[in-house]
Amino acid sequence: MKKRWQFILALMVLVAGCNKENTKEDVSFYQPSNFPAPKYNFNNNPVTTAGFELGRKLFYDPILSRDNSTSCGSCHISFSSFTHHGHAVSHGIDNLLGKRNSPPVMNVAWSDEFMWDGGINQLDLLPIAPIENPVEMDLEFAQAVQKVKTSSAYPKLFKAAFGTEDITSARMLQAMSQFMNCLVSANSRYDKWKRNEGGSLSADELEGYNLFQAKCSSCHSTDLFTDYKFHNNGIKDNFSIDSGRAHISQQAADVGKFKTPSLRNLEKTKPYMHDGSFQTLEQVLEHYNSGVKVSATLDTLLNKNGVVGIPLSANEQQKIILFLKTLTDDTFITDRRFAEQ
Amino acid sequence: MKQSFLFAALLSALTIISSCKPEDHDALTGKGPVTIDLENRAGSAPFAFGTNYVTAGGDTVNFSTFKYYVSNFVLVKDDGSEYVVPQAGTYHLVDAAVSGSNSITLADIPAGKYTGIKYIIGVDSLRSTTDVSQRTGDLDPAGVGADMYWSWNSGYIFYKIEGTSPQSTEVGNVFMYHIGGYGGYSSPMTNNIRNVSITSAEAMEVGEGHSPEAHIYADVLQAFTSPMNYSIASGAVIHMPAMGAMIADNYADMFTLDHVHNEH
Ligand code: HEC
Ligand code: HEC
Repeated sequence: MKKRWQFILALMVLVAGCNKENTKEDVSFYQPSNFPAPKYNFNNNPVTTAGFELGRKLFYDPILSRDNSTSCGSCHISFSSFTHHGHAVSHGIDNLLGKRNSPPVMNVAWSDEFMWDGGINQLDLLPIAPIENPVEMDLEFAQAVQKVKTSSAYPKLFKAAFGTEDITSARMLQAMSQFMNCLVSANSRYDKWKRNEGGSLSADELEGYNLFQAKCSSCHSTDLFTDYKFHNNGIKDNFSIDSGRAHISQQAADVGKFKTPSLRNLEKTKPYMHDGSFQTLEQVLEHYNSGVKVSATLDTLLNKNGVVGIPLSANEQQKIILFLKTLTDDTFITDRRFAEQ
Repeated sequence: MKQSFLFAALLSALTIISSCKPEDHDALTGKGPVTIDLENRAGSAPFAFGTNYVTAGGDTVNFSTFKYYVSNFVLVKDDGSEYVVPQAGTYHLVDAAVSGSNSITLADIPAGKYTGIKYIIGVDSLRSTTDVSQRTGDLDPAGVGADMYWSWNSGYIFYKIEGTSPQSTEVGNVFMYHIGGYGGYSSPMTNNIRNVSITSAEAMEVGEGHSPEAHIYADVLQAFTSPMNYSIASGAVIHMPAMGAMIADNYADMFTLDHVHNEH
């Protein structure tokens, strides 16, 4: 009897040990306490480790492009906070250029309108767009699903994630969402300060934070630093190349409006703006101070009482930049689980 | 007296029974299927690819693609009451290039005499924004409807015609009309869903052992006429919802009942 108990105990230790091994790889979506509630409906597609791993494999798999050259990860690189670092506009298949800058894939669970123009209203549907885009991956989505079906690597991964080896478009998309939903960036020095987790801001950074709250946070709002709405912030006065939100809504009032980007990990995501037209944060701040261009749809916040832009002294600009740099989250960028395996 | 009364009673009972009998045989009970055959046409002729037709406005058109979604079927009884067909199974992509895609069977319709059919051209806003796991069958973006989906502007293309016309000023004289738009997700946008309502003088008799068919004409040339003649020279390519509204208004009346067919 005693022996048997010892055996069971030993077994339990072994099992627990296995679990411990696994937790290193275990991933799940988590809700940072300083973030609002997510928009993604996790009831329909809860995150599991196997689903995450399948999604990650798909995200980094170039077979989703016409000539097996380009994966999602080609333009959304983990160490650049999932942007196409250094490229003003994205660079896809056959070296073709897109017309927009790759935004970071992070904290996507809090959004329900994706792309600079908000044309995609569900994370699950998003991968279809780059896969089919002729200057990105240039493959019909149906063919992409077919290629995954005929690749020998996948059936066992689908079985682990969804219970059977069936490969369907819905499962493929849901797995990719599971991976992307886990790309939560909320561990910058700012977050640790905000959540009283031992992080601190210097006097200058704190001043920058207060200036930011006063001058920028109406659009770059909450700790996600975006209101997820569409604004014209005056980087141009002619939007014939890219009309932004109006491309989707087809309303003149939306010409030149783009979705407010989050400002997290800015140090890793240059160049800036939808067309990548600014190389440095100094240029961005100088833009708000003196470069705002007036057009019919310019946001009223940037043209108040006859004052165009947001007047900021050189010193104020520097302090805001110091604050913005506290939003860099190295644990996110260097997290091995998120990188190509 | 007594006897003759009994006799009369017996006789009348017999009459009732015998007169009931054929009624009984015909009574509509239980459930049965209704088949809707959408017969694609170009004006008064059967539709064919690679054939020249002339629109009401005088343009010559020659088609290479003709497909559209119909969904959300409702059957109207002769007493005016309505039966809403369970939505999930009602999404159909009719593709003139795929034989059989124009025949839609609505199963398990409660017994009755039906004189009306209602449906929409397109995919309702709820289904247009639903979870991917609900997008099966004709709505699977990797399935038969793969080229009826806008990936850059999440939503289905409801109606698509493509072909050539000498009146087109595009390269190769092509025309392409891709009509979609379910009304917008976070803010109101163009809604190109159109309602269809068809009535029949002859009722469709539905019930166990009864499987009526409705033959409905679907006229592709209606896209170019009523309420407004559309001239191809005014724009041969449309792939944005707002510009498509005029064509949607036109094709809203593309369906007319030819006849119903009751089977016993
Ligand atoms: C050729 C480069 C390229 C490739 C390949 C690519 N993307 Fe993107 N991605 C972009 C660009 C550019 C945008 C912005 C597009 C726009 O606004 O129209 C974008 C936007 C996104 C966004 C929206 C972020 C937001 O906050 O709105 C997500 C999520 C995303 N991509 C995921 C993916 C996935 C998943 C894949 C693979 C199926 C992929 N991308 C492949 C360049 C690329
Ligand atoms: C009226 C709303 C609004 C205000 C106020 C505003 N922004 Fe922006 N910001 C935007 C929008 C919209 C964009 C994207 C514009 C585009 O790409 O066309 C943007 C882009 C940026 C970017 C580029 C981010 C990237 O990833 O490309 C930075 C940095 C930035 N803003 C910082 C600031 C700062 C600092 C302030 C205050 C001085 C500020 N913004 C005030 C709306 C606003």
